[in-house]
Amino acid sequence: MSVSMQTQPKIRWGELEEDDGEDLDFLLPPKQVIGPDDNGIKRVIEYKFNDDGNKVKITTTTRIRKLANARLSKRALERRNWAKFGDAVREDVGSRLTMVSTEEILIERPRAPGSKPEETKVAGDPLAQLGKGGAVLMVCRTCGKKGDHWTSRCPYKDLAASSEGFSEKPATSDAATAAAGAGKGAYVPPGMRAGAERTGTDMRRRNDENSVRVTNLSEDTREPDLLELFRTFGSVSRVYVAVDQKTGMSRGFGFVNFVNKDDAQRAINKLNGYGYDNLILRVEWATPRTN
Amino acid sequence: MRPILMKGHERPLTYLKYNKDGDLLFSCAKDHTPTLWFADNGERLGTYRGHNGAVWCCDVSRDSMRLITGSADQTAKLWNVQTGAQLYTFNFDSPARSVDFSVGDKLVVITTDPFMELTSAIHVKRIAGDHTEQTGESVLTLKGPQGRINRAVWGPLNRTIISAGEDAVIRIWDSETGKLLKEADKEIGHKKTITSLSKSADGSHFLTGSLDKSAKLWDSRTLTLIKTYVTERPVNAVTMSPLLDHVVLGGGQDASAVTTTDHRAGKFEAKFFDKILQEEIGGVKGHFGPINALAFNPDGKSFSSGGEDGYVRIHHFDPDYFNIKI
Repeated sequence: MSVSMQTQPKIRWGELEEDDGEDLDFLLPPKQVIGPDDNGIKRVIEYKFNDDGNKVKITTTTRIRKLANARLSKRALERRNWAKFGDAVREDVGSRLTMVSTEEILIERPRAPGSKPEETKVAGDPLAQLGKGGAVLMVCRTCGKKGDHWTSRCPYKDLAASSEGFSEKPATSDAATAAAGAGKGAYVPPGMRAGAERTGTDMRRRNDENSVRVTNLSEDTREPDLLELFRTFGSVSRVYVAVDQKTGMSRGFGFVNFVNKDDAQRAINKLNGYGYDNLILRVEWATPRTN
Repeated sequence: MRPILMKGHERPLTYLKYNKDGDLLFSCAKDHTPTLWFADNGERLGTYRGHNGAVWCCDVSRDSMRLITGSADQTAKLWNVQTGAQLYTFNFDSPARSVDFSVGDKLVVITTDPFMELTSAIHVKRIAGDHTEQTGESVLTLKGPQGRINRAVWGPLNRTIISAGEDAVIRIWDSETGKLLKEADKEIGHKKTITSLSKSADGSHFLTGSLDKSAKLWDSRTLTLIKTYVTERPVNAVTMSPLLDHVVLGGGQDASAVTTTDHRAGKFEAKFFDKILQEEIGGVKGHFGPINALAFNPDGKSFSSGGEDGYVRIHHFDPDYFNIKI
């Protein structure tokens, strides 16, 4: 789009307010449409006054693409020349109501074109396949059902939302295990395996059990400092210092998780009331012990 | 293919309709102005201003001169297609949900929603040749089905009216006497609200889409179930290719659940199924919300979809679409 300006004979702003635009429009050259030419380039040249009262030439260049050569009836050709009505009348060239997608959209086939018809049968009628020997190979990775459906057709696919959230990460390990133990089929996380408790609270409880809350930390204390302090009691699985999201300052408390419960107990006994960075630490079990 | 995106509506689309020649596309949305587009390049030709509520449905006469629209403002309006002028307004006591011209455009069937104490109803009105003589008198009024009647269309030779709606039962009525002729078997029929109904090009069979995540193909005369297409999402819109043995289902989860779930779980695709083998051929993605409306160009070479996202997308098929083999 190119814009060129020509200065108008001087117009007083007072006058301009009153007969704004419309009355001056007759001064403007008419709208010109050039093309579309052989390359499908169409030019629309318009003139209008801008806010400063200057005449502005607006050239809009668009490329016209020929769509499928549709044969139009006589009536349809007539309709082609119908005048615009309703809100479409006031439509200017700049308004982009209609756009061609920048994205190439393909019809996504559920399976590769030209795949064997036998495979088609499996997808279409899984029950018929059940009796055959090959059905055992069909194990759904989402729900773990054997021989009922493929993973992509799993009816519980959407229910397994939690696993979907991590789908990027396990993809690699997925492939690795699958390659290693090809006979076993795809990787199923321990929590998802048959017989395992599906709730996933197991791991969290283990963490909670050996979790130690440290309060009255000084603001300068960071996670590495805390790790250094607690490492002496045994192996630490996690250190966390609460940080204010807005200020980035420590909020003065944190959590330390130990691998062994005994280590945690020893750390509590030793460090509760310990003077650290001019403050007296308070160290206790993170969750009130039930037993 | 590169679809053409049309952003003329500010609210979710409700209905799309091609005229007989396939050069014009009418779109209805929950904003109050049905819009007319050129179906080949997506250029906006005009809007029909006058409704004061969501527009649920429209139909165009065979000669592409008259348009009828049904709206939530409790009216159905007759328009001049070319000028956008209102010709007549049918007033009702409840929102008009669906409209359909009969073969010959002499009659129109309009359904109205249950509202306050009123039950839903199917009205048959006569369309005058000269719009100045148009009256709002009903030729026939049918009542009975519980809940909303989402679609009512004319059966073969205008002898019957086929209706479907919230009670998930498809009914065939005699269009002269108003007698209930047939009712779809509850066992084989849909289990949830029927959201859409689309007739084949010759009217011999029709397709219904339902929130029970399936679409079913029925014989228009005998109301026998011919085929069932099962998908993973509630079906909001269905259409059939007039050229190939393809049916297209559009849908997606409830609009109210869109923001709370992963976009990948949404399935906002138009799904193509083989009409005879009942098998999925492919999906066309693109919308950012559930698909509410689908229409096939009568030449079978393009189709358009309208979504909850307010966009209409016209898809002109690539040549390889016509050679798809299963």
